[in-house]
Amino acid sequence: MSRSIIVSFLMRDKVGNALLAVLLALAIIVPFCSLVFEPGDTFYLSSYWVTLLGKYLCYALLAVAVDLVWGYCGILSLGHGAFFALGGYAMGMYLMRQIGERGVYANPLLPDFMVFLNWTELPWYWQGFDMFGFAMLMVLLVPGALAFLFGYLAFRSRVTGVYLSIITQALTYALMLAFFRNDMGFGGNNGLTDFKDILGFNLQHSGTRAALFSLSALALAGGYLLCRFIVNSKLGRVLIAIRDSESRTRFIGYRVERFKLFVFVVSAMLAGVAGALYVPQVGIINPGEFAPLNSIESIVWVAVGGRGTLFGAIFGAWMVNFGKTWFTGAFPELWLFFLGGLFVVTTLWLPKGVVGLSAQLSKMRRSKAASGANTEAPVQAQAVEAEPQPQQASQVAPEPDKQAEPTPKNLDQGAANV
Amino acid sequence: MSKPKHIPQNTLLYVDGVTKSFDGFKALNSLSLIMEPGEMRAIIGPNGAGKTTMMDVITGKLRPDEGIVMFEQDIDLTQHDEAEIANLGIGRKFQKPSVIENLTVFENLELALSGGRGVFQSLLHKLSNQSFGRIEEVLELIRLQDKRSWLAGSLSHGQKQWLEIGMLIMQEPRLLLIDEPAAGMTDEETALTAELFKQLAQDHSLVVVEHDMDFVKALDCPVTVLHEGSVLAQGTLEQVQQNQQVIEVYLGR
Ligand SMILES: Nc1ncnc2c1ncn2[C@@H]1O[C@H](COP(=O)(O)OP(=O)(O)OP(=O)(O)O)[C@@H](O)[C@H]1O
Ligand SMILES: [Mg+2]
Repeated sequence: MSRSIIVSFLMRDKVGNALLAVLLALAIIVPFCSLVFEPGDTFYLSSYWVTLLGKYLCYALLAVAVDLVWGYCGILSLGHGAFFALGGYAMGMYLMRQIGERGVYANPLLPDFMVFLNWTELPWYWQGFDMFGFAMLMVLLVPGALAFLFGYLAFRSRVTGVYLSIITQALTYALMLAFFRNDMGFGGNNGLTDFKDILGFNLQHSGTRAALFSLSALALAGGYLLCRFIVNSKLGRVLIAIRDSESRTRFIGYRVERFKLFVFVVSAMLAGVAGALYVPQVGIINPGEFAPLNSIESIVWVAVGGRGTLFGAIFGAWMVNFGKTWFTGAFPELWLFFLGGLFVVTTLWLPKGVVGLSAQLSKMRRSKAASGANTEAPVQAQAVEAEPQPQQASQVAPEPDKQAEPTPKNLDQGAANV
Repeated sequence: MSKPKHIPQNTLLYVDGVTKSFDGFKALNSLSLIMEPGEMRAIIGPNGAGKTTMMDVITGKLRPDEGIVMFEQDIDLTQHDEAEIANLGIGRKFQKPSVIENLTVFENLELALSGGRGVFQSLLHKLSNQSFGRIEEVLELIRLQDKRSWLAGSLSHGQKQWLEIGMLIMQEPRLLLIDEPAAGMTDEETALTAELFKQLAQDHSLVVVEHDMDFVKALDCPVTVLHEGSVLAQGTLEQVQQNQQVIEVYLGR
């Protein structure tokens, strides 16, 4: 147990704060490099890179959302891609309606695919999406409402563990099949694409790209702060209690299903926001985003980074996606095997992910330093092993509000029970 | 649901004719038990007698097939779930120690602190000085002051038992159901636990299930013997120890 390291490391969430600082810096530097420098300059960032990095930010936000429900509350959702995709579709519907007469069929009201299907009227559920504010509300409400309905039924009937994972997977799969149908009115196979502008700004313009990037960075920072507030509150400790011992939590008097429902809905909304920021950057949303594999990938990101830490999820999303970008360039057909292998390796050897590994390494370095320092070393190292809590014990009578602060231990042991 | 004809005045817990079967096997067979406020009761009986199942039925984990379970004379416990029953004032300690391993000792107690069970209340909860003081008191009572910042998972078996008892106390229940508290405790810890329960019995009702006869003796309270899902004998420890049937099925073995 390397608790002391992790505790001091996380007590004030230094890593998280550093991460927030990096995100803010990126939100300024990336647009700067993209807009101020000219192609050919050392610091120039092309739109390709801006968009790619922006995508990673959206994935990271999805990973934070997954970590909130899985890492803290033990709800292994294999359907979070559905909430991401729904947020994306809500944004896509707004962008479609912005096209207006500039579409191939130049219909002022109907998107091209509807004209193509010989529809003459805009379906009721497309109403209002010409308004940005309404569309943004739907980005939150649609995933939130689905999560509420699904969670209400599943948690009230106490569906947990593998069964819950399977039905979340079924949920996203069913949505994928539904969205593939042309008569659903979401563009079928092709989805929604050919977007022109957002709030009047041309989506091809590098300034718009840079702004979307910065917004994604801020959204990720905001999502991180929100989740950190949640997990550091007493509610966060109830979530950990539910994860570790659901029945104990009930017998203390907490209505477990309500707590699960709350985090599930918050998490779905965050995933929706991630999807909404993703779509204008990649320029398309289609039913493929509901593919079960996408949801599973997001679980792998969190597992690789280290669950129950929030920032681990972000690192995981970035590492795996950088890997994926490189891998799919070099050996496209091997990517899925690699992803599967990565998950197996993480589960077997890195139950706490990369974040856990770094803590493990610094502990090893410390005990090595101790053994190198003097001849009584073995005894000393042993003492560290045997009595892992001396720092804790000496921390006498913390202030009440101090106690209400971060509860960092879960990093150390939380990941152990899948 | 058939309402009982008359529940005696001043009963805290009224269990009557409760039957619970698992695949035809009657774990509880027309069990009856009455607890008065401020009473302490020890329950003994061989393995599989139905002691834990009885607690499961009272705390809403299991629904009885038949029978009446009433709390404070007019609350039908079979109509409530675990969380509601906990909030009605019934606390439970499990046979296998069950604390939240990835939270500290202090946080475990904070979680059990009575009140503030809602989602948004929890989100905005701030520990008052008064509550902080209360947690300190209980930490002292369960002798874990030095270990307040330890993860509960790193405590010894006996310390976990105590932490769980501490969590029970934090809930401020009227009735405590305690399943095998002395298991895994040293003799000294066992003696201290018996002292603690006697102290608690001054303003709580306690049902204590235990196999350790020295412990039961130290509790110095009425004893109920369960066997095959129903009450075999009741009385003081001396009385039941002399009961021929009890000796046959339990003590004599
Ligand atoms: N969920 C269940 N499904 C099937 N059988 C069960 C279940 N729970 C308990 N039983 C059975 O009911 C009987 C009573 O069990 P219970 O746990 O109440 O006994 P106990 O008196 O607490 O015993 P011990 O002293 O060993 O703790 C046992 O035979 C047990 O196998
Ligand atoms: Mg038992």
